[in-house]
Amino acid sequence: MFSIFQYSFIQNAFLAGTVVAIVGGFVGYFLVTRGLTFAGEALSHIGFAGAAAALFVGIDPIVGLLTFTIIAGIAIGIFGKDLREEDINIGIVMTLALGLGALFISLYNGYAEQAYSILFGTILGISHTDVLVTLIFGIGTIAILVAIFRPLLFSSADPEVAEARGVPVRALGILFLVLVAVAVSMSVQVVGVLLIFTLLVGPAATAIRLVHNPLGAVSISIALALAYTWLGIFLAATGSWPVTFYIATISFLVYLPVRLLTART
Amino acid sequence: MDTNKVISLDGVTVELGGRVIFNNVSFAVEKGEFVAVLGPNGAGKTTLLKLLLGLLKPTKGDVRVLGAVPHRGDGNIGYAPQHRVLETDLALRARDVVGFGLDGNKWGIGFGSRKRDALIDAALKEVDAYRFANAPIGHLSGGEQQRLLIAQALITDPKILLLDEPLSNLDINHAQEIIALLTEIAKHRGVTIMLVSHDINPLLPAANRVLYFARGHSAMGTPDEVVTSATLSRLYDTKVEVIRSGGHVFVVGAEI
Repeated sequence: MFSIFQYSFIQNAFLAGTVVAIVGGFVGYFLVTRGLTFAGEALSHIGFAGAAAALFVGIDPIVGLLTFTIIAGIAIGIFGKDLREEDINIGIVMTLALGLGALFISLYNGYAEQAYSILFGTILGISHTDVLVTLIFGIGTIAILVAIFRPLLFSSADPEVAEARGVPVRALGILFLVLVAVAVSMSVQVVGVLLIFTLLVGPAATAIRLVHNPLGAVSISIALALAYTWLGIFLAATGSWPVTFYIATISFLVYLPVRLLTART
Repeated sequence: MDTNKVISLDGVTVELGGRVIFNNVSFAVEKGEFVAVLGPNGAGKTTLLKLLLGLLKPTKGDVRVLGAVPHRGDGNIGYAPQHRVLETDLALRARDVVGFGLDGNKWGIGFGSRKRDALIDAALKEVDAYRFANAPIGHLSGGEQQRLLIAQALITDPKILLLDEPLSNLDINHAQEIIALLTEIAKHRGVTIMLVSHDINPLLPAANRVLYFARGHSAMGTPDEVVTSATLSRLYDTKVEVIRSGGHVFVVGAEI
């Protein structure tokens, strides 16, 4: 049964999946705690437009994904002063992005398969170039998150005191949204635009209910994201159902009992 | 220069978005003083704290903190902004909140050390919060959270403590506990405290002086000098009556 690991497409999937899971679990913790899950969702839809546009002009979808989401992330960071109150604005921009995506896909005249893989992920078909791009951006994202961990946590918990203590709160907020954009673009390859929550929100939301200290929550979030991804890829490679289905189902099946058994205060 | 002067404002005017918040305000605070900052909403109490923290620049006039122009990130100032509910989603424990005061502004993850734990423990003990050091902040009451914020502000061993409405959301007993704690800290550490409040009464036994803001102007002095019908009527430019009864002060005719 472990003979599947001799195929290079499986190796690629595990390699990319591992990096994506670490980034997703790490970014997800801050995404959930900063109340930005909806912005994450919006970025994934904007990423769909980017990927579709890239297909239309004939370049790698990951380039379109990264370009569109990073620009949108910076824009949300600059213009959305209090993102919780900007939900309607984000929603309207998000639907515009989906509309544009639909247009590009119809203009593309290619295989519907491409649109399907952007929407639902295509980790088992990930190309060697995409693995490389994922590795580079993934390691960069993790390095930056490690570097800004304490001030980002401080400014998430208590922006006023953090600012008074000299933390560049606003700049960190924008930088964080760029990291979210990268995490979203990478995750789209694994679970697709429509299931972005399974990697970015599911593990972090579960971890926060399990432990009460930031480093512990981040570690568990990453561990869960890794477990879901590895298990999902393994089950999909040995079975016949899609990876995305397995990851989403495992994520849900873990979150459900945790949600029911832990009282929230 | 008078070396005892910890904070001084000289002819300070602040305009924000075309609106005059302060008009030619001058006062000085000396080392170890406990100053209650009072006045109606929007009179500039929070603006004053922002000036002292270097988050705002005066439109006119001179602000000095410990003899220098205020600058952001000054470790000599401990600050606790207006009481707010701490973010419970962050999975923070009480000691994490206090730890922010120590190294929340430093880069990197910071895995902690015995020395760091000892400093945090000492700060928690000083505000009588050690017994819930490892409790998630979501489980703590308003008074308990306020103690953490004071410990967070104190942990850098500041010379000045700026507290914005630490008593709001607290019942009178808890408010008195916090004030007793602050009085003790001021005496013990020789730290200067400026405390913004909308109620003078719990502060009457503790405050050396009162700084009263209204309509862009200020008055400073002992509570007996400032909280009088004559001074407040002049500040508000309307008839205000101060009634003293049973050790309490009631201000009638104006929003305090």
